Amino acid sequence: MCGIAGLIHRGKSSDVGNELQLMLQALKHRGPDSTGYALYADNDGENFIMRFKVGENVGEGSTSVNEDDSVYDKRKELVDQMLKNLNATVVKEEKLTPYSYRYEMKYDQDLMEFSKKIESIESVEILSIGKSLELIKDLGDARAVSERYDLGKVKGTHGIGHARMATESGVDIKSAHPFWGYPFSDVSVVHNGQLTNYWNNRRVLENKGMRFMSECDSELIAVYLAEKMRNGASLEEGMKDSLSGLDGVFTYFVATKDSLGMAKDTMAAKPLVLYESDDLVAMGSEEIAIRSILPHEIDTYDPFDGEVKVWQI
Amino acid sequence: MANLKTTEKKTKAQSMGLHTEVLTGKTQQKFFNPDEAENFYYWGTYDVDFNKRIDLDVNDLDCKEANKKIDELMSQGYGTIVIKNPQGKHSLGVGVLNKLNLIFEGSLGYFGVGSIDGPTVRINGRVGWSCAENMMAGKVVIEKNAGSCFGAAVRGGDLICKGSVGARTGIDQKGGTIIVGGDAGAFTGFMMQRGRIIILGNVGINLGDSMYDGTIYVGGKIGSFGSDAIESPMTKSDVDWIKRKLKVAEIGENFDVSKMTKVVAGKKLWNYDALEPTEKKGAI
Repeated sequence: MCGIAGLIHRGKSSDVGNELQLMLQALKHRGPDSTGYALYADNDGENFIMRFKVGENVGEGSTSVNEDDSVYDKRKELVDQMLKNLNATVVKEEKLTPYSYRYEMKYDQDLMEFSKKIESIESVEILSIGKSLELIKDLGDARAVSERYDLGKVKGTHGIGHARMATESGVDIKSAHPFWGYPFSDVSVVHNGQLTNYWNNRRVLENKGMRFMSECDSELIAVYLAEKMRNGASLEEGMKDSLSGLDGVFTYFVATKDSLGMAKDTMAAKPLVLYESDDLVAMGSEEIAIRSILPHEIDTYDPFDGEVKVWQI
Repeated sequence: MANLKTTEKKTKAQSMGLHTEVLTGKTQQKFFNPDEAENFYYWGTYDVDFNKRIDLDVNDLDCKEANKKIDELMSQGYGTIVIKNPQGKHSLGVGVLNKLNLIFEGSLGYFGVGSIDGPTVRINGRVGWSCAENMMAGKVVIEKNAGSCFGAAVRGGDLICKGSVGARTGIDQKGGTIIVGGDAGAFTGFMMQRGRIIILGNVGINLGDSMYDGTIYVGGKIGSFGSDAIESPMTKSDVDWIKRKLKVAEIGENFDVSKMTKVVAGKKLWNYDALEPTEKKGAI
């Protein structure tokens, strides 16, 4: 089933970490397996922030194979060595859990080559790279993940999130949403639904050099949009194209450094409720997500079938 | 007094092809005696006084607790119940089986006022998916927008949304009337079987797809017709009926009803003429 939520403050910054946590916690019943956040935080914008994992969370109902923490540490050392080889300068390093890290770094070359080299290390996956994007995903509900990664104090302009019920791939972090729009910095995607032409699209995109890290059908949306943007399309053009290029039922959100978008399939088979005002757009699979941050009476609506919308901060 | 053991019934059953089954036993027989009040008791219903009014704040209640409280208030004779702070909660006001004025001051989530039979409901906000699903009788008025599957499998009563509604409005509708003041999404009247839908605004693609029977009236543009749905000429009785319904619904006061498009099922169902007269009556 899965639940998705997103919000964008236009022209100001807010407690986006806490707000998204409240929205996703209200949708917990739609997806109890894992929760993910893509927060666009008020960072200085000078350095790249890379969030990556060197292993899986093997607790909390995970379908992953158990590994010793020492294996994680060795992989982390290999990542550090690779960063040196790539001439990336790590400014700040944070170990968030035994298997996940947040690095602030300086790097000015091709991100695709960079990502390929880092991810050539066994079981290492870059969750995101961006100058404002902070992508966090782990097993557990929204509150548990927020507390584990201390997201309540994150301030920013916008964010998207996902409460996942695993249906077509494992209960693990690699299949959890949001997905990073590799190799673009600051692009992330969350999806509710099923894509039925996943493998056909994946073969075509892999032949074009795009990378898939999981077997989760939702990852296709991020890769699909990234490929369109790589070929010069705007985000909105890529999203409109996806309505015919992707088959199945879906409602998805995509966020970039300065924008937030939504797309709904032509059968409108997946729910979405939207609230839109001059300074705030909030949306979610169910109205209770919006009500969790806007308790006063507001006007909301369901976008129609085949609708694509993009808002700027 | 009906006795299903009678030869007449047996003969009729055989003429319809039912050669072996004859309804017997006390459970199939109902003999009404005015002295036996329990025979007239409808489970889950109460005698309520519409002038007896109470407010119920459901902010801190979950849907089960809130619905139980509504039931409790009806059992105490309250005929007008005002629900405060519904906050988009799911499944509020479901299963009300008697006359009642139920007013929601706010918005509802999924399956709001589902499976009701008789109450008059006013919702001063928006409703989520599947509002009034399986409604048997009564009247529901929504002041703002509604989500998808609005009035799914409705069997009777009037369901009115003054704003716009999502996709698959009136899916599997089996009777009653759905009235929408704004636009409607894709697959409106999907697999509709009976009843009527009035949309004053535009509708999306695949209108009336796979509809069996029933009628859809559209005031605005139609995205596309679904399979089995065709346009039919508007008659004077159509116009008069819609005007009357809109007046009752308190919307579309100056709307030019005569220019609406009437959509009906284009294919005749197998064996449809063999319906019992009572069933045909239900289709009107």
